[in-house]
Amino acid sequence: MLYSPEAMHIPDGFLSITVSISMWVVTALVVLYALRQVSRDLGERQVPLMGMLAAAIFAGQMLNFSVGGGTSGHLMGAALATILLGPWAAVLVLTTVVGVQALIFQDGGLLALGANAFNMAVVGVAVAYMAYQTVLKLSGGRKWGVFAGSFISAWLSIEIASLAVALQLAVSGTSPANIAIPAMAAVHALIGVGEGLITLGAVAFVIAARPDLLQVGKTRLVMVGGKTVWAAGLLLALGLAIASPLASSNPDGLEWVARQQGFLDTARGPLYQVIPNYLLPGISNQALATVLAGLIGVLIVFGVALAVAYLRRNRQPLKNR
Amino acid sequence: MHVHFLDPYRPRRSPVHSLDPRVKLVLAIAFLFSVALTPPGAWPVYLLLLSLVLSVEVLSELGVRYVLKRSLLALPFVLAALPVIFTAQGAPALELTIGPWTLTITQPGLERFISIAFKSWISVQAAVVLAASTSFPDLLLAMRAIRVPRLLVAIFSLMWRYLFVLVDEVLRLLRARTARSGNTGDPALKTGGSLAWRARVAGGMAGSLFLRAIERSDRIYMAMVSRGYDGEVRAMPMPELRPSHWVVLLSGFILLALLLLISYLF
Repeated sequence: MLYSPEAMHIPDGFLSITVSISMWVVTALVVLYALRQVSRDLGERQVPLMGMLAAAIFAGQMLNFSVGGGTSGHLMGAALATILLGPWAAVLVLTTVVGVQALIFQDGGLLALGANAFNMAVVGVAVAYMAYQTVLKLSGGRKWGVFAGSFISAWLSIEIASLAVALQLAVSGTSPANIAIPAMAAVHALIGVGEGLITLGAVAFVIAARPDLLQVGKTRLVMVGGKTVWAAGLLLALGLAIASPLASSNPDGLEWVARQQGFLDTARGPLYQVIPNYLLPGISNQALATVLAGLIGVLIVFGVALAVAYLRRNRQPLKNR
Repeated sequence: MHVHFLDPYRPRRSPVHSLDPRVKLVLAIAFLFSVALTPPGAWPVYLLLLSLVLSVEVLSELGVRYVLKRSLLALPFVLAALPVIFTAQGAPALELTIGPWTLTITQPGLERFISIAFKSWISVQAAVVLAASTSFPDLLLAMRAIRVPRLLVAIFSLMWRYLFVLVDEVLRLLRARTARSGNTGDPALKTGGSLAWRARVAGGMAGSLFLRAIERSDRIYMAMVSRGYDGEVRAMPMPELRPSHWVVLLSGFILLALLLLISYLF
C-alpha cells in the first residue's frame, strides 16, 4: 500500500483531554481567521484553489526518494505550501490535508486532530513563513535567498513542529520529556533534511517553469502575511526551541503540569471516599471486576454476532459487492 | 489506472451503514471522548468499551478482521509512550540489566503504558468503523450539521473529488521516474545519481505536481463560473432526524455516560 502514516500525527489515546481540547480551540480560531483572510484575498476562487492544492499536498506526500539504508525522504509540504501560497492559504490547505488524513485514513486521531492541525498547519506554517521571509530579506530578494530560504524554512518547520509534538505528549504525561524531546528533535533533524531538499527542488522547478508565481505581490496567488504572522512564527520557533531543552532538563516541572491538568485522574481519589467500597459488595475487587467485565463483554459481542447471523439467514446479498 | 483503494468506504446493507451520518459522527466523537476520559488502569471499563466497539463492528458487517487489520496502522506510534514504563514513579515490577545499565520497570508505568496503547487501539477501531461505513459525502453532511464552517466543508469536498485524480498523477510521475532511472527493482542496487540529485528530481516532481494542480484549479474555476458559481456555497437543506435515530443517539449517550460513571467508581 502506498499510503503510510506519518510519525508526526498523534493518534487518539495519547493526549490528555485538556491538551486535546485546548489545541482544538486554538486551531479553530486560527482556521476561522484564515478562512476570512483567504476569502477576502481570493474571493470565489478560494474553494477550487484551496481544495485542489490540498489534494496536491496529500498526493505529494507519496513522493519519496531513497536516502540510503532502506530509508527514504518524504515531502510533508508545510514549507512548500507557505512559500507558494502565503501563510493563510497554507493554513487552510494543511488543515484540510490533516483533517482528511484523520477522518479517512485514521492517520492521527479525531480528538487529537486539533493538536495535529496545530503542529502542521499553525506551527509549521508560521515558522516556515518567518524563516523564509527572514532569509529572503537578508539576501535582498536575490535568487540564492529563495533557495536558501526554502531549505531552511522546510527544515526548521519540521524540527519545530516535532518539538511541539513532543511537548504535547510530555504535557499529557504520555512520554517523559527528557526522552521524548531529544529523540523527536534528533529524528526530525534528519527527516527535515529530506524535506528541505525536496522543497528546495520544488521551488527551483517552480522558479524555472512559472517564475511569476514567486514574485510576491504581482499575482493574486501569493498573499503576504505581514508582520503579525512573522512575529507569531518567531515567537513559536523561539518559544518551542527554548521551552523544549528546559523541559527536558527539568522533567519534574512538566510532570507537575501533567499531574495538575490530569485532575480527572486525581478526582478518582475523593470519589473512592464518597462511595466506599462496601456499598458495592462483591465487585469491589479490581481483578474480579475485570473478569466480570470481560465475561459481560464476550456475552455482548457473542449475542450481537448471533443476532446478526440470525437476521442475515435469508437475505439477498448486496449487488456489485 | 485508478486508485480506488484509497477510499475506505465499504458499502454494505447493515444497520450501522443505514444510520444517519450525523448520528454516527456525533456518537463516534462521544465514544472517543469517553475513551479519553476513562482513567488509566480502569480495566473493566476498557473491556466493556472494547466489547462495545466490537459489537458495532459485527453489526456493521464490515468484518472484524478488516477493522482490526486497519486498526494496526497507528501501532508504531505506541513507541512514543514506551519510555513511560521506566520513568513513572512507583513500585518496581521488573528490573532489566542491559550491560552497565539497569532499567527498572515500575508498576504504575506499566499500567499507564498498557492503558495508553489500549485506549489508542479502541479509538482507532471506532474511527475505522466510521470511515468504512460512511461515504465521504455523508461525512461532509455530518460535518456541516456539527457546524464546521461551510467554506471549509466545501474545500474538503473539492479536495476529496480531485484527490484521486492527483494521486493518479503522482503514480504516473513515479512510474516515469522508475522508467528513466534504470531501476532494477532490487533495493540493494543503488540507482540514480547522488543524494542531492535524487532529492532534486523528487523536488522537481513535487513542483510540477503543484503547478499542474494550480493550473487545473484554474480550469475548474472557469468551469464552475460558466455553470453559475458566484462564490456562494449552497447546499440542500438537511432532513430532520427520524425518531428512531434520536433513540439510537440518546441510548448511545446514556450507555457511554454509564460506562464513564463506572470507571470513576472502581
